[in-house]
This record gives sequence, C-alpha cells and structure tokens, in this order.
Amino acid sequence: MSMATAIPQPAERENYLNKEYGVWSWLLTTDHKRIALLYLISITFFFFIGGFFALLIRLELLTPAGDLVQADTYNKLFTMHGMVMIFFFLIPSIPAVLGNFLVPLMIGAKDLAFPRINLLSWYLYIIGGVMMLHCMLTGGVDTGWTFYAPFSTSFTNTKIVEAGLAIFVAGFSSILTGLNFVVTIHRMRAPGMTWSRLPLFIWAHYATSIIQLLGTPVVAVTIVLVAAERALHLGIFDPKLGGDPLLFQHLFWFYSHPAVYIMILPSMGVVTEIIACFSRKRIFGYHFVAFSSIAIAVFGFLVWAHHMFVAGISVYSALVFSFLSYAVALPSAIKVFNWTATLYKGSIHYDAPMLYAFGFLGLFTIGGLTGLFLSALGINVHVTDTYFVVAHFHYIMVGGAVMGYLGGMHFWWPKISGRLYPEGWARLAALIVFIGFNLTFFPQFVLGYMGMPRRYYDYSHMPEFQVLNVLSTAGATVLGVGYLLPMVYFLWSMRYGKPASDNPWNAAGLEWKTASPPPTFNFDEEPVVTWEAYNYEELDAPHSEEVPVAR
Amino acid sequence: MPDSTVIGLHHEEEHRPELLHHFAEPQQQRDAASLGMWVFLGTEVMFFGGLFCAYLVYRRWYFGDFAAASKSINMGLGATNTAVLICSSLTVVLAVWAAQTARRTLLIGSLALTMLLGLAFLGIKAVEYKDKFEEHHVPGASFSFDHVEIPGHPGEYANPRHAQMFFSLYFVMTGLHALHMIVGLGIFLWLFIMAWKGRFTPEWNTPVEIGGLYWHFVDIVWIYLFPLLYLIDRHP
Repeated sequence: MSMATAIPQPAERENYLNKEYGVWSWLLTTDHKRIALLYLISITFFFFIGGFFALLIRLELLTPAGDLVQADTYNKLFTMHGMVMIFFFLIPSIPAVLGNFLVPLMIGAKDLAFPRINLLSWYLYIIGGVMMLHCMLTGGVDTGWTFYAPFSTSFTNTKIVEAGLAIFVAGFSSILTGLNFVVTIHRMRAPGMTWSRLPLFIWAHYATSIIQLLGTPVVAVTIVLVAAERALHLGIFDPKLGGDPLLFQHLFWFYSHPAVYIMILPSMGVVTEIIACFSRKRIFGYHFVAFSSIAIAVFGFLVWAHHMFVAGISVYSALVFSFLSYAVALPSAIKVFNWTATLYKGSIHYDAPMLYAFGFLGLFTIGGLTGLFLSALGINVHVTDTYFVVAHFHYIMVGGAVMGYLGGMHFWWPKISGRLYPEGWARLAALIVFIGFNLTFFPQFVLGYMGMPRRYYDYSHMPEFQVLNVLSTAGATVLGVGYLLPMVYFLWSMRYGKPASDNPWNAAGLEWKTASPPPTFNFDEEPVVTWEAYNYEELDAPHSEEVPVAR
Repeated sequence: MPDSTVIGLHHEEEHRPELLHHFAEPQQQRDAASLGMWVFLGTEVMFFGGLFCAYLVYRRWYFGDFAAASKSINMGLGATNTAVLICSSLTVVLAVWAAQTARRTLLIGSLALTMLLGLAFLGIKAVEYKDKFEEHHVPGASFSFDHVEIPGHPGEYANPRHAQMFFSLYFVMTGLHALHMIVGLGIFLWLFIMAWKGRFTPEWNTPVEIGGLYWHFVDIVWIYLFPLLYLIDRHP
C-alpha cells in the first residue's frame, strides 16, 4: 500500500516553476531550485554519455578476443567512462541537484548564501563539460582517469592538457558549491534550527563540502603541474628529468580518495532521511550519525596511500595507511548500525524510495566490507589492479551513491515537480536496478579474485573468464533498462502525474511544510522551528493536527 | 528582483538596497560574505599547499642543487618586493578603517596606493623574470646551469637537471602568486571605482573588508615564498 497521497488541485498557486517562463528566466536564474534543475538536466546528459562508454566496454568483454574495438580505443573508452562518470556525474550528482534544491528548504532559508555564485558554479560545470565533450570528440585521453605520470606527462600523445583543464574548471564549480553550502549552513538557518535539529542530510552535505573545499584545490594544482610539465617540459614528475612519479600519486590521491566520500556521504544523507520517514521513527543515535559524517570527512583525508601499496611506498608507511583505512570503516559501520536500529520495530513502508534505501544498505555494506579486504596489505597485493577492485568501487560508487541518488530523486520528486511519479513502475525500476547491478558487478569480484586484470580488452589467453564476463555484460544491459525507466516515467509524470500534496509522505522536515512545488522564496512566512528533527512519533500521534504547520 | 518580502524585525523603511533579498538583516549578510571569503582562502591554502609540498620534497632530495639555484636569483629584488607587499598590507588596513569611519579621501588614497604598490611588485617581478630569461635559467630547451658550484662545497657542481626543477617550481609558484596579484589588482580597481562613487558607508563596506582579506592572503603567500625560494642557501 502506497503512502503517497494525491490531492485535487485547485487553481494553480504561483511557484518557482510557473513564476516566469522563457529560456533566459532559466539561464539567468539565481533561484537555487531552478539551478538544481539545470544541474539535473546536465548531469543526466553526462550520465548517459558515461553509460554509453560503459556499455561499449561491456560489449568488448563479451568475448575473450579483442574484436569490437582496437586496444587504443578501449583505453580511451575506460578513461572517458571514468572521467565523465566521476567528474561530471557522481561528484555533482546529489550535492548539486538534491543538495542545491534542499539545503535552503531544509534549514528554512530563502536561498543559498551566494545565489549568483551558485549560478556561476553551474556555468563553470557547463564550460568544463563542453571542454570535455570537445576533448572526447577530437581524440580523447588514454591514461585512465588517474592521469598517472610520467605516462601522462611524457609519453601519451592524447589530449591530456585539454581534459585536465576541463576537470580543473569543473573542480572550481564543485568548490563553489561546497563553499556556498558551508556558509549557508552556518549563517542562514531559520530561528530555532539549531545544529542538533538539522536534518542529517544537512550534516552529510556539510561534511561533503569540507572535503570539496580542502581536497579539490590540491587536484587542481596537480593538474596545473601536469599541464606545465607537458607543455613546458618541466621535470616535476618525470623521473628522467629528476622528478618523482610517486609525488604525483600522492597529490592525486590526496584529493581523489576523499572524492569517493564526496560521492557517498550525500547518498548516506539521503538514505538517512528515507529510512526515518518510511520507518516512521526518529533516527536512532542522531548525534552518532551526524558526527560519523564529520569523522568520515576527517579520516577520509588520511587514507589516500592505500591506492599506492604496490607503487613503491615504504612498508612502514603502507602499514600506517592500512591501519588508517581500517579506521575509516568505523564511522561507516556506525551509520549502518544506526540505520538498522532505526528500522528495528519501525512501521516500515515499502515505497520506491525505501526500496532504493534498502538496496543502498546491502550494496554499500558489501562495497565497504570488500574495501576492508583491500585495506589489508596481503590481500591488496594479490588483487591490486584486478576486477576485484573494479567491483569494489562500483559497489560503493554505483551501488551506494547512485542508489541513494535515485532514492532521493523519488523521495523528493513530488516536492521538485509537484507531481507524483507512478509508484508501481518505480518499484519495478528499483527492483530491476538492484538485480541488474548485482548481476553486473558481483561476477567481477569473482573474476578479480581469479586474477582477471582490469583495463585488459583481450583475455583470449584465459577463455575460462568468459562465462562470468557474459553474466556481467547481461547485467549491464538490465541495469541500463533500470536507469532508463525512471527517466521515462519522471518525464511522463511532469505532465500526467497526479498533483502531489505539500507533504505526500507525511514526512518530517521543513521542506515538506511549504507548497509542492515551493514558491520562489521557499516559504510564505519565515519558519520558526520548535521541534526536534525526525519527530515522527509526534507526526503520527492521534492528534497530529496540533503539530505546528507553517503555512 | 522583488524585495517586498521583508521579514523578521526589520521593516520596509530599513530595507537597504545593498541588502539582498534572501538575507534577514545586514549583519547576516556581512557575516556570510566574510565567512565565504575565509572559506575560499582555506581552499587557496590547499591550492598553494600542494606546491609547497612538492617544493619541500625536492628541496630535501636535491638540497645542494636547490641552494645553488637559489643563490642565482636576486635576493635584493626579492627583499624589496617583500617590503613593498608589507607596505601594501598597511594601506589595505588603512582602507578598511577609512571605509568603516567614513573617511572617503583616505579610502580612495589608500586604495590607489595599494594598487600602486601591487603594480610595483609586478614590475620588480618582471625585472627578475627578464634576468632569468637572459641568464638561460627558464626551464626548457635553452636552459643552462653548467659549472655552478654548490654553496659551501667548493669544487662540487650543481646538477643542471635538478637546478632546472628548482626553477620549474620557482616559476610555477611565483607565477601563480603573480596571477593572484593581478586578480587582486582587478578587485582593488573595482573597489576604487565604487569608493570614488561614494558607495561605501560605515554601515555597508563589506567589499572593502573581504577584498582586503584576499589581499592579505596573497601577501602571506609571498611571506612564505620569499624565504623558501630566496634564502635557502643562507644556511647550507
């Protein structure tokens, strides 16, 4: 039985969608909600480009022989897949779309602190994206998304500088979003919205922003050095010229490991909101969940060298980084246990957002635990650069981050669009995504453990790997259908969906106390918060009409 | 931009044009802008931090070569530039104080002086770059650093390849710093025009304050660059 309730809509109220029409009212908007939709359209575009590359990779691996594309093309395919998915989809996904839309609404503000900088960040993203598209269409890059020197600086003849600049520009878009969130969360909270009344979605975004702010500049300067070394023939990373390739890896992973937490933390925030709502309970251990986000952000900066165990770092440094990588599992585990405790004796509803949240719980747990395998030095040496690693980070970045993103899109779609999505189709899609995902990536754990290296386009010397590869490719097809479905029915619902009430899930949180879709300045009256976060017991109490409702 | 939704304790008549629609009161707007600049400077610290990290690694590896290369850059010009920047910090502080206390002439004068000092810095920097270019110390095909003794080790010559790394880092670090100076000059030109038009009042002078924060930050980066790049051969 679906919880979502539709209401007959009287004459349409003025809201952020129908206030103004025309291209310029969108392209020059400073409304955080409209910018969120601009981001939604752009990242969806890049998601399908990245997905197209993924599909070509899977098709190549359907047969052991390298028969679909050339070796060089395959190198470019996995490189462009990684760059597009990481820098142009995953990193902006939840923060720039759902975060942009919800952070001001959830804390009772009229907008982000710097609306024009918010628009600027979208334009930077688009400039970076256009550069990346141009780079892909005119030859692409073949180094892998990691740009390892000295291959990237002295050997490859592909478009390193252009791709690097694209990522540099997109990185500044990410920095500006993080800066806006930090200042907004500090300075723009409504009266009564104390730090311990903030939704945990906000805490997760706060932690994410810290990582964006402290990590992204380091990868930016690393890209500057790579570009300078390539263009001016400096010798900063190339050992032939006296440089140190390990320094490149240190600088690169100093950002790029925490970047994983930029992708997963917002997703954890989404899942926290969904689990509380569909269990009808206050989240268990609010402060633990809040501070575990901060702990992940802090620990996340201290584990980067676990990407370099076989790269020639000293064994003592490897031991320390191995230990610290175990430590980062603690706050993650705290979160999983608290979510589980929230579910316990909850009144659980199996609506589509909750199905995605369940998917997240399982897949993130598998991804996290295999991360522990990889933190162990002995196993790491055995499975480095195999499909085991590929499967592990896809469980985190796709099974975790994308599941959370889709769950959040369903949960807040009534608020964003003012319409309900078709619940039956949504549950079906959630199921298809879950099955497709596991079918794609679980065989890769086995393949990797058996020894199949990543980034090989031809495995004809090991034909026994084919069965698992066929399974994986079949799964990718199912997953593709699962991702296309929501796009179709979301678009359909914008026109034909039932109008949503202000609070279709009867959820706690300020964003549900304004209209669906919200007016341009979010609230008709400035909200004053007098209740604790996740007050589902109060909401579901028999006299729930006594609960303060702002409008 | 519709500004009719005034909220909180503030009434329509107190609503000032500088107050953007989404802030409840001027204090909140000022705090947000100031925090925003501080956070941005935090990202800048990380940006330069990566370079400092690279510098420190190679300085440790190739200390003698770095000291020899460092000796070839003009400490006098570097020291002059340090003094120029410290003076410009003083004029920035004066500008902020003048804006807060409605001293318009002093404000305009301090902003102009700051820009002059900034330009002087870039001019001196250009002279240094020109010298390096003429001495073939710019990394690249025409780089040469042969038969330069390592300070304190008579008869030992610096490895030109490692000296070239010093100059690579020297040009990247001082170049990025100079780029920040140029951005700062742009900001101060804008502040100067606004001050000329009399836009800043004791109630609203946030741009002067946060522009000043940025300028001080760029100064501080130089305060670290100067000893690292110019003075390392003093104690071999």
